[in-house]
Amino acid sequence: MITWLRWAWRLLTSMRTALILLFLVALGSVPGSVLPQRGLTPEDVTKFYEENPGLAPWLDRFSMFDVFGAPWFAAIYLLLFVSLAGCVLPRAAQHYRAMRGRPPAAPRNLSRLPHTASVPGGTLALAEAELRRRRFRVNTGDGWVAAEKGYLRETGNLVFHLALLALLFAVGSGALFGYRGNVLVVEGDGFANTVAAYDKFSPGRFVDTESLKPFSFRLGDFTATYSTEPQRRGQPLDFSGKLSVREGGGQKTHDLRVNEPLEAGGAQVYLLGNGYAPTFRVTDGKGQVAFDGAVPFLPAEKGGFTSEGVIKVPDAQPAQLGFVGLFLPTTVTVGDSATSAFPAALNPTVRLFGFKGDLGLRSGAPQSVYQLNSDKMQMIKLPETRLAVGQSLTLPDGLGTVTFTGVKEWISLQITYDPGRFPALVSAALAVLGLVPALTVRRRRIWVRQTADGIDVGGLTRSEGGGGIEEEFESIVSSLRRSGEQESRELVKE
Amino acid sequence: MKVDQGLVELSDQLILGSLPVYTLAMLAFAVELAFRRTAAKAAVPAGAAVSGGAGASEGASAPGGVAVADADPESAAAAPRRAVNWGAFGVAFTVLGWAAHLGSIITRGAAADRWPWGNMYEFVVAICFAAVTAYLAFLVRHPVRHLGVFVMVPTILGLGIALRYLYVQAGPVVPALKSYWIAIHVSAAIIASGMFILAGVIGILQLMRWRYDGRTGAGKPVGFTAITRTLDLDQLERIAHRAIVFAFPIWTFAVIAGALWADRAWGRYWGWDPKETWSFITWIAYAAYLHSRATAGWKGRRSTIIQLVACACLLFNLVGVNVFISGLHSYADL
Repeated sequence: MITWLRWAWRLLTSMRTALILLFLVALGSVPGSVLPQRGLTPEDVTKFYEENPGLAPWLDRFSMFDVFGAPWFAAIYLLLFVSLAGCVLPRAAQHYRAMRGRPPAAPRNLSRLPHTASVPGGTLALAEAELRRRRFRVNTGDGWVAAEKGYLRETGNLVFHLALLALLFAVGSGALFGYRGNVLVVEGDGFANTVAAYDKFSPGRFVDTESLKPFSFRLGDFTATYSTEPQRRGQPLDFSGKLSVREGGGQKTHDLRVNEPLEAGGAQVYLLGNGYAPTFRVTDGKGQVAFDGAVPFLPAEKGGFTSEGVIKVPDAQPAQLGFVGLFLPTTVTVGDSATSAFPAALNPTVRLFGFKGDLGLRSGAPQSVYQLNSDKMQMIKLPETRLAVGQSLTLPDGLGTVTFTGVKEWISLQITYDPGRFPALVSAALAVLGLVPALTVRRRRIWVRQTADGIDVGGLTRSEGGGGIEEEFESIVSSLRRSGEQESRELVKE
Repeated sequence: MKVDQGLVELSDQLILGSLPVYTLAMLAFAVELAFRRTAAKAAVPAGAAVSGGAGASEGASAPGGVAVADADPESAAAAPRRAVNWGAFGVAFTVLGWAAHLGSIITRGAAADRWPWGNMYEFVVAICFAAVTAYLAFLVRHPVRHLGVFVMVPTILGLGIALRYLYVQAGPVVPALKSYWIAIHVSAAIIASGMFILAGVIGILQLMRWRYDGRTGAGKPVGFTAITRTLDLDQLERIAHRAIVFAFPIWTFAVIAGALWADRAWGRYWGWDPKETWSFITWIAYAAYLHSRATAGWKGRRSTIIQLVACACLLFNLVGVNVFISGLHSYADL
């Protein structure tokens, strides 16, 4: 049993296994980039299901829509990291001993080494001095000198691999102790960091959702700038949202942009998207204001930012009212049809389709705020007019009036708290720092033996690739020759 | 922010001008390679060292000792006549084309007042530039001149594809690309890619050379692989390895810089976006190459094949991911 375990361990920690596991990780990542992934584009997964009803469930059985969270993917990379640890940790111990120890004694026969030379008249003392001058680690014995240099290669190699292990732990801890949430905020509205305030919230396994670090902010003005050049008309140039932030008693302002997230409460707040939230006032049949506020519309098209949204007025009397709206930021009318020619709100209009009846909100079933459930509703006949800001529409049958009161903008935000973020950065930086000497430094040994008429020098590099140590070896030998000659001249003088 | 049309035109003219110059360089290198082949043939009876032929112009480290069985008496007779140093012409044209190439990149950046790698056209042009630069840099310290034709061919192809299929007007970039990280992340990716592609070209030559050796050994027709007959396998292996050893840490850095940028722009440092996934796959594949060189039985042909697989992953990541898969890196402007 123990021999079997030992065999398995040796197999797992061998370079060949590591190679195969590396290949498997690479291969396993491929479907994650080719197939739609739930974590990235859930709507594409749904589409894939509709288009391939036979194939999709089978792919799903192998976690193909969640490759990077799949058990088999975890199995590969955990095996890889066990293999890595099993290889690197003993090597680290070995390297530590080598660093503290001395270079091994010279082999009996130097002529078998890849680099050899004889220096007549050379002495061991001179060789030792020369090698020490070149910052070799030197060991001496009876009739020989052994020297070694380039320990930094193995040090770098170990630092690199250990840093990779640390990186894995950092990423893992970030996923367990961190959280991520999304929220949509309309100009003039605010956000306070509690779970309830999020539209979507995905905490790690060990996150205490009761005690998120408190901070809050209010969105002032949001500005989106678009190109007016003919060839790139409508291409977004800049997004900027003015936030006033409260955190721990202090207050500050922050200009939220795409590459400039807000840091608050140990979390980062990112600008992900933007859109229009037209504001409406609905006065019902009894003359009461039943609705007055902004309604976020979702962009349906990128070029002109035509947006769609739903206004739900459950408080309207005598009947509940619902509207589906089509918003055009820059309305251009050609004949009967109107389109939006530019994404900025230069000539905003909205076209409304009205419904009356039961919105279905009381049933308790969750509803999307962007969709109208018109099952129990009746269409109201409305004139085919587009409302400009300030214009109203009188509903038939004394149901009331709707006024298009203005245009606000909304931004969608992602709020991320990831405690593994900084450790991951440090590990990654260490990995690069270790990688450079691991690949460029050569570990080499020089041995010198006393002979009848001088010394023999032998050299060996254990690092593969990147050429040999010819140049350095030549240089050592020639300076030994020079100093040898000098010494013998001095001896002759005496 | 107004785009300077004069500079845009200058940039376009410079890149269009660099193409014929590179083509001349390619032709000069090809002629040099052809002469080199005859020189090697002529040298066969004399033994290992190349004596006086045009191919010996690279000095002692040129791999003259290639035994070629089918010595052709006609070309052997022509060999000693050393009329023109075609290789030097090739280098001169390469440098000239490189300068125009560089000028085109700089003027395009100046025209739009930003780093000139904001879309696929600019990115491919920059990678071709990095590959030529890598070749020229190697030329300073290593005897690689005769490989020029194999660098010029993919460069010309790359530039041609960029101009024909990927070209877009110079202009401002989307807000997500407005960050100093574009200078760090994309530049590192371009430099590493240039080196990796150079190594990939050499890897293909190695495979052709092995095939050539196998075929001559078996007495079969060698066909197209004959163009590699004067190349030195050990030297090819060394250069490819050196290029990868140089590029791998830079690629690692590029991926990490990308993660840092993603952390600022998208709210997470790693999210398995297709581009991220493929850069990870590329990284793994090159790591496998480096490990394979330290594994008994994998060095040589196997490690070269791994290197080429890695290079294919790299190319797919640079171009394929933008063309075939949509993701957060879809800035290609295609």
